[in-house]
Amino acid sequence: MAAKKKLRIQDLAKIREKTKSLMTIREGEGRARVTVHMGTCGIAAGARDIMDALLGEIDKAKVQDIIVTTSGCAGLCNAEPMATVEFKNQPPVKYGCLTPEKMQKIFIQHILGGQMVTDLVLAVGSETMY
Amino acid sequence: MKHYRAHLLVCAGTGCVSCGSFKIKEALEKEVKKRDLQDQVQVVATGCNGFCERGPIVLVQPDGIFYQLLKVEDVPLLVEEHLLKGRPVKKLMYVPPAEKQPVPKMKDIEFFKHQRLIVLRNRGRIDPEKIEEYIAFDGYEAMAKALSEMTPEGIIDEILFSGLRGRGGAGFPTGKKWAACAKEKRAPKYLICNGDEGDPGAFMDRSVLEADPHAVLEGMVIGAKAIGASKGFIYIRHEYPLALKRVEIAIGQARENGLLGEDILGTGFDFDLEIVQGAGAFVSGEETALIASVEGQIAMPQQRPPYPAQKGLWGKPTVINNVETWATVPNIIRRGADWFQGLGTETSKGTKIFSLVGKINNTGLVEVPMGITLREIVYGIGGGIPDNREFKAVQIGGPSGGCLPAKLLDLPIDYESLTAAGAMMGSGGMIVMDDKTCMVDIAKYFLNFLQDESCGKCVSCREGTQRMYEIVKDITEGKGKESDLALLEELAQITKDASLCGLGQTAGNPILTTLRYFRHEFEAHILDKRCPAGVCTKLIRYVVLAEKCTGCLSCKKACPTEAITGTLKEVHSIIQTKCIKCGACREACRFEAIDQQREEAIQII
Repeated sequence: MAAKKKLRIQDLAKIREKTKSLMTIREGEGRARVTVHMGTCGIAAGARDIMDALLGEIDKAKVQDIIVTTSGCAGLCNAEPMATVEFKNQPPVKYGCLTPEKMQKIFIQHILGGQMVTDLVLAVGSETMY
Repeated sequence: MKHYRAHLLVCAGTGCVSCGSFKIKEALEKEVKKRDLQDQVQVVATGCNGFCERGPIVLVQPDGIFYQLLKVEDVPLLVEEHLLKGRPVKKLMYVPPAEKQPVPKMKDIEFFKHQRLIVLRNRGRIDPEKIEEYIAFDGYEAMAKALSEMTPEGIIDEILFSGLRGRGGAGFPTGKKWAACAKEKRAPKYLICNGDEGDPGAFMDRSVLEADPHAVLEGMVIGAKAIGASKGFIYIRHEYPLALKRVEIAIGQARENGLLGEDILGTGFDFDLEIVQGAGAFVSGEETALIASVEGQIAMPQQRPPYPAQKGLWGKPTVINNVETWATVPNIIRRGADWFQGLGTETSKGTKIFSLVGKINNTGLVEVPMGITLREIVYGIGGGIPDNREFKAVQIGGPSGGCLPAKLLDLPIDYESLTAAGAMMGSGGMIVMDDKTCMVDIAKYFLNFLQDESCGKCVSCREGTQRMYEIVKDITEGKGKESDLALLEELAQITKDASLCGLGQTAGNPILTTLRYFRHEFEAHILDKRCPAGVCTKLIRYVVLAEKCTGCLSCKKACPTEAITGTLKEVHSIIQTKCIKCGACREACRFEAIDQQREEAIQII
């Protein structure tokens, strides 16, 4: 095996930049949080493809600070597959009847660009909890 | 680095490993693959999470959900529910004692809530066997700063100003030690990391070495620059195989990446490290004895002064610090002495790790700010005493420390107040005792440990610890005399005054504090021939209460020595000559028909 390249001071910062997603996820704090609803209804309607599309986009865009989680049925099985996009201190935005293409559009326009994809939005805000 | 949407952080500290955490990790990996989630979910083995009582432990990030007491059978449910469907599994979460609702998030659990992590900042968060993960969390940044921007004097000033004191026991200011060694003109100079942790019930150093070995390495390189050393040794006892393995891997990775060896990070600074294995003698933890052991000689302490900073390893100037001290150093350099100064009390800065064991609900490893009270640790973080029993004492500082009673629960923990109370900070072992613990028996235990571990160089320690042990042993067997207590105090004082090293100088502490706070228990053993806690077997006996016994045979079956007679539905009785007083019958009886009484055979003179 060839000798490994010795690190220089500036290399430490480069490693840190490359591994930023590690920090984001392990600390549980990111720029945005995307929840793909994966109840039985969601999975049956194709939520796995939505998840794959989303993770694919994240990889392609090389962004490191987006948190992706799953959740159970959101109660509106009719509109599955669904996903919720949340930014800190902003009401969550729910998207319904997703396809991988729609997910891609949401990712680029909303998650990266900060602009809601209005024609795909199902609801803004969350239900009142008692 | 690949983007995973979820990370499963499996605790792989020694505690959890012994509960089967590697099997849990294997099962998780298998199940994740089965569900085709291997590109979305990463399974990581981390160092000790701290909450050893609840192992095996898995933390799911980014959700922060804490799963505990996991069994391999739980894994499919966990993966399907949480990772596929996004529904955290309630029945695998932590439920606080006396409560019904689980606490899903780790940060909300009392045990974690009150801790302040500096040295243990990477515990349960990084894979200790991957250098990239250490670097991802600002690892080696302090070293880069020290090597490229700071002068040796600047580093020492920073450590001095931070107020950092040695975490190994005595609490000597680290900066002063470094300055004394830096002043020496002779070369070469050496660094040593003291990982010879020997106190019963203590596992702070082991956990740091297992969870974050690179932090110790980084601290040592910074220290090397400060004093001008080019070679260092990490002394680890051979009973710590996992720590040894992880430090070995860390050193290999650091060398491979140019973070150890020649021309570190291209700054022109050279430093290398070597592991030395200890053979497990308690006295090796004493710095001069440890140096002798590294040199290949018998671990026996030397006269000080000269201190190791002047004349240490092979007669050369040497700085020797404890594992926890070394791991604190990078944090101070990275975040600044001002920040560290702001934590803790007037004389004791920063945080301290304690291993919380004994009669406590939440056994584990905790890092707390100096100045926190014993009550906050025992009842807040520790969750109190199991079975709602009464708190009796906490033993702090290992065999050199002492037992502090309930009336000192509000004592703030710092070097000075612990010493004033007769205990000491020590390396950080904390053994909690309840009302079923006999303090004379505890004193006997520590004296036995000390007389066994005394190296024998000083007469006062060799003979003193042995005599004290014999006297206390006699007391637990009902052979104590009234004059024994004064004799014990005298012996303890002499051992303290006339011994060369810390072992002998503190050997009197366990007996002196128990006498100071629990004299009445000694008196009960000597005068009434009675053990109030019912522990000392020679002073107790078990009898069957005829009016309560139903003749169910449970005790008879439980007895390991066939000392119980009787047939079904007939009152049983115990043959005293066969009874070994193990108490198994009492535990087995459902009718409280077995009574513990004072041994009548012992005459009160």
